[in-house]
Amino acid sequence: MEQSVYYVGMNPYLPILLILIFGLALGLGVSGVSLFLGPKKPNSSKLEVYECGLPVTSSAENRFSIKFYLTAILFILFDIETIFMYLWSTAFDYLGWFGIVEVGIFIATLSIGYIYVLKRGALRWD
Amino acid sequence: MIEISFTQIISTILLMLLGIAVGAQVAPIMSWVERRQCAIIQRRLGPNRVGFFQFRLLGLGQPIADAIKLLFKEDFVPPYVHKAFYVLAPVVPVATGLAVTVAIPWGSHVVVNNQIINLQAVNLNSGFLLIFALSSLAVYGVTLAGWSSNNKYSLLGGLRASAQMVSYEVAMGLSIIPLVFIWGTLDLQTMITKQSEILWGFLPNWGFIHAPISFFVFIVTIFAETNRLPFDLAESEGELVAGFLTEYGAMRWSLFFLGEYSMMFVMCVLTVSLFFGGYELPWLSQHYLLEILNPQVGEVLARWILLPLGIIVLLTKVILLMWIFVQVRFTIPRFRYDQLMKLGWIYLLPIALINLIITAIVTAIVKFH
Repeated sequence: MEQSVYYVGMNPYLPILLILIFGLALGLGVSGVSLFLGPKKPNSSKLEVYECGLPVTSSAENRFSIKFYLTAILFILFDIETIFMYLWSTAFDYLGWFGIVEVGIFIATLSIGYIYVLKRGALRWD
Repeated sequence: MIEISFTQIISTILLMLLGIAVGAQVAPIMSWVERRQCAIIQRRLGPNRVGFFQFRLLGLGQPIADAIKLLFKEDFVPPYVHKAFYVLAPVVPVATGLAVTVAIPWGSHVVVNNQIINLQAVNLNSGFLLIFALSSLAVYGVTLAGWSSNNKYSLLGGLRASAQMVSYEVAMGLSIIPLVFIWGTLDLQTMITKQSEILWGFLPNWGFIHAPISFFVFIVTIFAETNRLPFDLAESEGELVAGFLTEYGAMRWSLFFLGEYSMMFVMCVLTVSLFFGGYELPWLSQHYLLEILNPQVGEVLARWILLPLGIIVLLTKVILLMWIFVQVRFTIPRFRYDQLMKLGWIYLLPIALINLIITAIVTAIVKFH
């Protein structure tokens, strides 16, 4: 029977890899073309760090606000929770009301953590 | 029996090239659209001179002229930057921005050499999660650009951009979950087919009608994810010169925009496919059109006729959505940074969670009873 033949193309992940390589080549290639075509005229003020014309006082590699770390940590916590809910949502029909109750408990636990974070002021930026 | 088919491989490559071609063309065309729209809002003329020979064509030659100008500009790498990261940073958004185009569903399927060819270059069982996975990689480009420039403005811009992008990703992921259990699948093709049905006899069965709050949360997070105004705190020129772009110039600078616009295009395609029925015409589903065309021209030809129709419908919807993006950019002023973080964490996240619970209960009542 002809219908039983199952045709396959390339591995489904291969196109993604190919495009990533293509994008890499495009990005480097285009700026490489500009390297050959463009002029080369360095001068002293061009070679300085741009700080609106003021003399540079310190390096940029300095301390910065702890808030950014906090945001990153909270992002990881909440994003993993999102992934759990994707798993449940694909099995929604199969799990039925049981799944909804379970996810309800999960979200309730999550909200306690969220309210704690809110009360401690981790999300306040002013 | 499993057989490796060259028809499948070649069609995948052609679909990839279509995605790359469209993804890479969005940036030049949108730059022109944006400048013209800005000019119309501000009662100016905008770029209307550059055309082809004596035809001005509303200035459509401007993007080409810009590209040539950018190629001939000095490719300047400042001496104080971290060179490897500085050079690689603009490539990250381009590579990811083009890579997400593989997940675009251009149409249902066509038949070539007795084989069914799915009009989606990559159709994984994880569905549209691939778009999320690849689009969140773009944050590396911004962070690396900000850090490697070794400039205070760049560093602050990069930090702000990365904090903003990760913050809105949580609400973004949560806002889409209702659609997954409403349609019962992660596959965009199946979702679009289900959206072509008619709801209550007169409405198109769009995801927007099933989950309107999801749509509003999602559209706001897209603005933040693609660093567009009113959320472009990363490049707010009043405070940070040009944010993480301060030390970039010439082609490297425009590469960021190429990636950003490509990402914006794919995000608009995703919105359209999730909420507005993708390549399906409202009320006139491809299935219905196929039934009309089938007796006259046969199924193979009928599907080939529907392919350009589907692409035109998809692009029309996407262009309308992108035009809204442009309108918003020149209508709503920029947020302050604390307002931005507040909107993401204190408003959108709980709204998305509550929307998720309520939609789950309503869907369960409808589905299980």
